[in-house]
Amino acid sequence: MRIKISLAGGAVVFVSLLLSLTAVAQQTHVGNLAGNASHGKALYQRYCIFCHGAYGDGTGDSAPYLDPKPRDFTKATFKCRSTPSGSLPLDSDLYDTISRGIHASGMPSWKPLTRQERVDLIAYIKSFSPRFQEEKPAAPLPIPPEPPTSAESVKRGAELFQSMNCWLCHGKEGRGNGPSAASLTDSKGYPITPFDLSGGTRFKCGESDEGLFRDLTTGLDGTPMPSFTDAMKPDQIWDVVHYIHTLRAAAKGRPSPAQAEPKAE
Amino acid sequence: MGIVALKKIGTHLMVAMVLLAAVRPAHAIPAFARKYGLPCSACHEAWPMLNNFGQTFKDNGYQLGNDRDAPIYQQPGYWPIMFRVTPTWHRESTKRVPVDKVPGNKSSGLVESTVTASGFDVGGIDIVTAGTLYKNISFFVQPFIGNSSAGLAQAWVRLDNLVGSHWLNFKMGKFELDEPISQERALTINNTGALYYNYFFTPPGDTNFFTGIGNLQLGAEVSGHSDNDYTRYSVAVVSSNNGLTGLPSNQTYDVYTNLNQGFEVPGLGLQRVGVYGYFGESPTFFQTTGGRPIPGTGMGNRSFYRAGAYGQWYFGKFDFQTFYMHGYDNVFLGNSVPANQPSKLPVGAVGPSWNGGFVEGHYDYNPRLILISRYELIRMSREANPGMRSNAGNLDTWTVGYRWYPIMNPRAGLAWVQEYSRIVNAGTAPLSGKDDINNSYLMGFDFDF
Repeated sequence: MRIKISLAGGAVVFVSLLLSLTAVAQQTHVGNLAGNASHGKALYQRYCIFCHGAYGDGTGDSAPYLDPKPRDFTKATFKCRSTPSGSLPLDSDLYDTISRGIHASGMPSWKPLTRQERVDLIAYIKSFSPRFQEEKPAAPLPIPPEPPTSAESVKRGAELFQSMNCWLCHGKEGRGNGPSAASLTDSKGYPITPFDLSGGTRFKCGESDEGLFRDLTTGLDGTPMPSFTDAMKPDQIWDVVHYIHTLRAAAKGRPSPAQAEPKAE
Repeated sequence: MGIVALKKIGTHLMVAMVLLAAVRPAHAIPAFARKYGLPCSACHEAWPMLNNFGQTFKDNGYQLGNDRDAPIYQQPGYWPIMFRVTPTWHRESTKRVPVDKVPGNKSSGLVESTVTASGFDVGGIDIVTAGTLYKNISFFVQPFIGNSSAGLAQAWVRLDNLVGSHWLNFKMGKFELDEPISQERALTINNTGALYYNYFFTPPGDTNFFTGIGNLQLGAEVSGHSDNDYTRYSVAVVSSNNGLTGLPSNQTYDVYTNLNQGFEVPGLGLQRVGVYGYFGESPTFFQTTGGRPIPGTGMGNRSFYRAGAYGQWYFGKFDFQTFYMHGYDNVFLGNSVPANQPSKLPVGAVGPSWNGGFVEGHYDYNPRLILISRYELIRMSREANPGMRSNAGNLDTWTVGYRWYPIMNPRAGLAWVQEYSRIVNAGTAPLSGKDDINNSYLMGFDFDF
């Protein structure tokens, strides 16, 4: 009898532990804020549903008219992350994306929502994919300190831009019009245009040098933009970051280190 | 002759402005929803009332800031225009109206009676075209077409994000002041309850040309806000013509300012508090020719102000807007006496002052259904003339209603609305001096596309 009770008790404890582990996997935290998915659902229906769809699959009413297409949350594949390619994003990555928006897309900055509302939205968005229950995000990729920009660094970056075939998609002047640009598709088969590195004031996932470095190391999942973390050393990635800045300056007609250096061919 | 004509002009202007405001529907702008693919509910708590995201969008010069704002990114066929129409059935009842004892026989004497009218109606067509002329240059043009009138409600251009900062924007033209709670975006549209009365109030017998902060004004505005719009300011300098084109009254300028601050309360969300003030001068007489006033030659300016504080409070699905105003008009304005004829002031005359406010509550059942209620009051604290009743000008209104949006998408919006409103003007019945009471009921459609 005592053994039976112990077995039953053990089973209860085991199931409870299992449930609690599942719950832990589903939890959303950004800073000291915890997400509430039910609150997030109401916000999603107000702000997000017309692009991302009722089931989070990116097929909202407005989706046919948007380019690039809205994210399919059921795949749990996100462009802007701090984690390695293929990994789930951190909650803070999703928070940053919602707060910042995705530049040159239909996704605006939702910073006017309160911080709690944004965290609640993340909790609900994560409910669209079982991956968030089954996996944990990998550790963020490190971003080493940025070395000073120099003509040599820009020159090395220009050479890497050439040798790494960045120009095939982004074009020789970074305008997003490389020879491969027209044939590119995203992970769902929709045509996708490479980012115009020469225009605007921001990049896809932010405006800082660190953000651009991160994009090069993590890649933009769901797009043809790969991770270069194995292909280049950190110093080389910084060189490319420095070179990309000169593309923007050159497009604006300003004197830039790039103009003093041989153009990438 | 001059002051009589002035009074007539003042009265006509006030009536015209209030009527214009009463029949002019507020606006939501599907042209923006079409442009960005967002639903009405993204920018509106319930259209036309803005939420903080919509307010931020508006404060950014109708830009989301994702480098897709300039018109060059739109299909050539994109036309940033919106129409709004409100076909309704409504019933209006006014108590204590002076009527001929025998209809059609003006010599039969006047008696007070309740006058009731009802039927189907259309309030007019609201047309708005707005957006960006270029990155960081936005515009807004709103002609108004009523059943028996037409005009230009708003027309302005705005230079946004000057020196690369949200904190500096410049607007010029005819525009809605940065009101604490937007009159243009009021959720109710019925004859009695469509107005925030504090926004249009002047005391009985007062001939201040300025009839309230609810009127669209002609001038220039400098404004700015934080990145998330929690902190906002605006300062406007407007011609003291009460928003009327053609410079009809005066050549001086008034100043309006509004400062507000949002803050997050854990578990409740975004709250906002603010202060505002309008400070101006109004003429008390005109230059005349043959005794007739010459437009634009207002003289004998005397001061007035409207100032107060407000808050927007959110409690889950409930929210409340609280508004307070204190008003003051100079003694010459309050008594309709030209400043060059002070001997005509009644003995004991003073500048009238008053306090007013409202509480408006909403329950957002979901983005498609909102329940609305409002109580508003005005209390005279000092009458202009000791001979006046102490409560002349006091006012109480109650409004309840709901808006249900069966259609809400990036192309169009349709709302079914029902509203009831009641207003009590203390002691203003022309014959008995008792309370003047209006009741208004409205149901119908409010749609835009």
